[in-house]
This record gives sequence, structure tokens and C-alpha cells, in this order.
Amino acid sequence: MEKAPNTLIKMERGQRGTVLQLQGGRGLVNRLNALGILPGKKITKVSAMLMRGPVTVEVDRVQIAIGFGMAQKIIVRPD
Amino acid sequence: MTKILLMGNPNVGKSAVFSRLTGVKALVSNYPGTTVSYTHGHMKLGDETAEVIDVPGTYTLEPTSQAEEIALKMLEEGDIVVNVVNATNLERNLYLTLQLLEKGTPVVVALNIWDDTKHLGIDIDVDKLRQRLGVPVIPTVAVTGQGIKELVEAIPRAASPDLPPTNSSRRWARVGSIVEEVQRLHHRHHTWRERLADASVRPITGGIIAVLVLAAAFVLVRFISESLIGYALDPLFENLWAPVLLKLSPLMGGEGFLHNIVIGQVVGGQINFVESFGLLTSGLYVPFAMVLPYVISFYFVLGLMEDTGYLPRLAVLMDNVMHRLGLHGYAIIPTLLGLGCNVPAILGTRVLESKRERFIATTLISIAVPCAALQAMIIGLVGAEGWQYVFMVYGTLFVVWILLGFILNRTVKGFSPELLIEIPPYRLPPWRTLLQKLWMRTYGFLVEAIPIILGAVAAINILYFFGVFDAIANFTAPVVTGLLGLPKEAVTAIAVGFLRKDVALGLLAPLALTSGQLVVGSVVLAMFFPCIATFVVLLRELGIVNMLKAAGIMVASALIVGGLLNLIL
Repeated sequence: MEKAPNTLIKMERGQRGTVLQLQGGRGLVNRLNALGILPGKKITKVSAMLMRGPVTVEVDRVQIAIGFGMAQKIIVRPD
Repeated sequence: MTKILLMGNPNVGKSAVFSRLTGVKALVSNYPGTTVSYTHGHMKLGDETAEVIDVPGTYTLEPTSQAEEIALKMLEEGDIVVNVVNATNLERNLYLTLQLLEKGTPVVVALNIWDDTKHLGIDIDVDKLRQRLGVPVIPTVAVTGQGIKELVEAIPRAASPDLPPTNSSRRWARVGSIVEEVQRLHHRHHTWRERLADASVRPITGGIIAVLVLAAAFVLVRFISESLIGYALDPLFENLWAPVLLKLSPLMGGEGFLHNIVIGQVVGGQINFVESFGLLTSGLYVPFAMVLPYVISFYFVLGLMEDTGYLPRLAVLMDNVMHRLGLHGYAIIPTLLGLGCNVPAILGTRVLESKRERFIATTLISIAVPCAALQAMIIGLVGAEGWQYVFMVYGTLFVVWILLGFILNRTVKGFSPELLIEIPPYRLPPWRTLLQKLWMRTYGFLVEAIPIILGAVAAINILYFFGVFDAIANFTAPVVTGLLGLPKEAVTAIAVGFLRKDVALGLLAPLALTSGQLVVGSVVLAMFFPCIATFVVLLRELGIVNMLKAAGIMVASALIVGGLLNLIL
């Protein structure tokens, strides 16, 4: 059974999933795309800092740190 | 002349390829600011000389930042593109490659970091990739020079396969199908480096690692610099140079105008290298024996942190704190750089996206981040009174940094964007480039600082001789003595601080200040106004209006903090 989509913030550490949607303006979407984060990509949450800190993810074996607000706008379907 | 452009994503070793092609020693590091301003050089291409341009790192040709806009402009003027691709991250890198092919400029692909593909379990079929792209593809390891010869031979064969322009999702799909065909991945276990990498961006382990790294950095900086001073430079000056000067002094008459400028005050037949204040005494001792050791050791340790890839992790850890100051985590990198010299630090703030961030970051750096030269003098002079006083100076500056950032965050209009950075894997530092970079930075310090230091020492002596400082001292006495509790002569130091902060602090040495006064003097000197080099860069980066605002904040906060310290101490 498929799990319900979730934001990157609510995913668990070490969890893997597929990017479903980027809920942001064109600027944000472009910046995320440039780093290889776009719908259909496999994404793994590596860690998150406490208190609305940045989330670190791995996409195509590259780690990327994403600010809390941006991470809230990335919707992922966990595997 | 043929223009060859080196283009590729950030962190793919583009600068290393550049220095291999041109022989010009370019900086290689993980933080931007080094590649935002582009580097260029020349190489032999057959019988002619070609110009090689190291274009700022870019993820896409649909510009998302200032650096990428510059990259796009440069592409229009280039004849051949050497596209440097990170072989361990083919998918994202090929997106840019396809965009380049669509533009029609002839391309050669350098498949760099090739050596890492083996232990990462990545198999790339280079021939197949060559066929799919329709351009030469050369595996390279720029750090060791492997494949560079083949790359140079391939440049004349650069091709443009006439790829029709398309949209982003089709392009990603095309990348996907190429990668599917040419790349095979093997399962493998996590290496200790990757475990360490993950641990350093988690809250608790990351915090512990950060404390350990910074503590180790601090110990290493002190160990290297104090060894240099204690075992090499002090003995050199005391045992070899001082006797020469003591012979020279009577020859010059032992006193008088010229003697004061060249040798300074000789007290009781002895030369005091800090207080004598002549060109050949303090003028040489301050830059070479007090400041240079700290410059060398600081930049060595900073280079280690840059080239191992630790700094972006520190940015992630500090993101939270930095947001309270109206910045995001990445601002910690120019701030750390400021502990060496404020000039490159302020240039480094260009990587911050908004004007507001740049204003806050530059103001905070020029007020509360003392450069290595000033720190060396603080440790030398204030440290002689006891370490608790050094701690007071640093503690005060740190509190100012936090409080002022907090206030600026509340008052400066505009918004501060969020952190979004790639975190490169940990790498063992390439020693060759590390030492090259250390040399360039040290050399830069010597070339920039020595003439100003000598000029300042000469000017101070001349002005002293004609009594100019006495007139100024009487005029400013109410503020300097009344508010800051310093002897009125200390204004000389504050004025000289505009030229060089290290020389300025040296001027406080003969005033026989109490420990508390030394603390006040050091803090005020650090905060009051940037040195001339920093001032020029600030003016260029902020513009006149914001520069005046920043200067106002500096003077006001220096007087407030200095006055408060005077009341407390």
C-alpha cells in the first residue's frame, strides 16, 4: 500500500521517498531543480537540525541542506 | 585569440582543471567567493596561445543567481567550452551539459573526479557516453593531473552536435535515459567518511563535532604561531637583529628626528621591539614577528577546514543561530574568513542573496570580527596581562556580534532568504593546493600590509615630532578620557586604527595602561572604524549611503560599548 504524501519536514530521518511536488514560486522551483530536486526524483532525508533548522537530504548521491521554510514546501511520497 | 571556457557545476574541481591547463595557480576551495569573480589565464593550443576562462560554477543556464547570469554572458563570448563534469554525480551534471550542447558552442567533456567512481561503486561506459553526447569525453583527475594531457589533445576536436533546444522536464528525461544507458551502480557499504559526514549534520553529534573541530582549530592556530614566534622569530630579532640596531643607533646620533623615525626610542641601552616604534624596530617586528605567524597559522587551519569540506556543515549547524541575526547559515563562512582579514570576508558576502543580508553581514564583520593582525596584537599585548583579559575582549566582541545582529535583524527592512546549499563529501585535503593557497594568502598579506605598516610608522613619528597628535589629543580628550577612561594620547591609536589596527594597538603599549584600559582600548579599536583596506571594499560593496549607515553604527556602538566597559572595569 502506498504511504500518504508528506512534507520533507515530517519525514523521518533515514526515510526514502519520491518527490511529488514543489509548492513554491518559480524562483524556488528553479533553484531546487538546479540542484536536482524535482518531481519524480528519489530523495532520502539524512537529518534535520532542531528548532526549525535546515533539513539535509540526499539526491543522486549528493547531499543538500535545505532551509526549514523551503523544506516545508517539498512534498514527498515515502517508499 | 581562441577563448576556451571552463564550465561546470560548483564543487566539481573546475579550478583544479584550470590550474592544470594554464599553470596559473588558482584558488581551489569549497566556498564561493573565490569563483564568483572569474579567473583567466593562457594555454598552448597547438602552435597558438588560447585564453582560458574559469567561469563561475553554475547548475543551470536558466540563471538562478548572479554568478549564473555572469556564466551565461561569458558563454556567449566563448569559442570552445570545456565542460567539467563530476563523474560521481553524472545525473545532475549532465543537465548542464545538455543545455550547453543546445546552445551550439563546441564542447569537450572532462569527466572529473574519475578516481572516486571506483570506490563509490559507479561504472561509467565512457565510449557510450561519448556516442550519446556526440562530443569528446575524457576521464580526468585534476588534483593529480591524470587525463589532463588527453583533455588538451581533445580540445581541438570539440564538437557541437546540434541538439534542439527543449524544456526542463524533457531535458531531465533525456538526462535520465542517458544515465540509464551509460552508468551502472554497485551496492556497497557506507564508508567511515560518509558516516562522519552524516554525523556532522545531525543536531547532537554535529554539535559535538563542531565544538571539537573549532577547539582543535584554535589549539592548532596557537600552537603553530607560538612555535614560530618562540623558536624562530623572537630569537632572530633578539639575538641577531637587536645587536645590529644597537650598533646603528650611536652612528645615527642616538636621538633626533631621523633616529626617531628609523630606530625610535632606545630606553636604557635596550631596544624594545614593541615600544621603540621606529621603522627598523617596531616597523619590522610588528608585521613579521607578531602578526605574520598568526596569519600563516590561521590561513593554514582555515584552508584545512575549506578543503576537507567541513565549512558547509558548519553552515548547516549555525543556520538556526544565524537566522536570529537576519542571516542564514552560509554567512558563517565569510564571518570565519573575517578572522583572517576583513577584506576577503566582505567580498565573500557576495554569495549571500539579498541586499539586506549583505548589509547585516558586512556591518557585523567590520564591527565585531577582529582580523588576524589585530588578534595577534591583542594576544601579544593584552595576553601579557593575563588570559582573562583576552577572554574579556573576545567575549565582548562576541556579545556585540549577537546583540547587534539581533537589533539589525529587527530594524533593517527587506527579507533574508533561506539556506540552500550542496554539501560536498569529506575529502582529504590536496596538500599541494592547500600549500599554494596558504602561500598566496600569506604573500597577499605581506604585499598589502608591509608598505602600509612602514608608512604608518613613519607618518606617526613625523606627526609626533611636530606635535600634531598633542593638538588632536587635547581636542578629543573629553570623549577619550571622559567616556572611555583612556589617557588622551590614546586618540593617536584610534586615529592610526584607520590605517592599520595592529600598528594602532602597538601604540597603546608605551602608554602604561591598566589591564582594564587595555581591554577598553582593544575593543574600541576593533569596533570603531575599519582599516582603510576594509573601508574601500565596504564602500564598493555597499555604496555610499549604506556605507555611511554602517559607519554610523560602528562609531555609535564603539562609543557605547567602550563607555560601558569603562564603567564596569
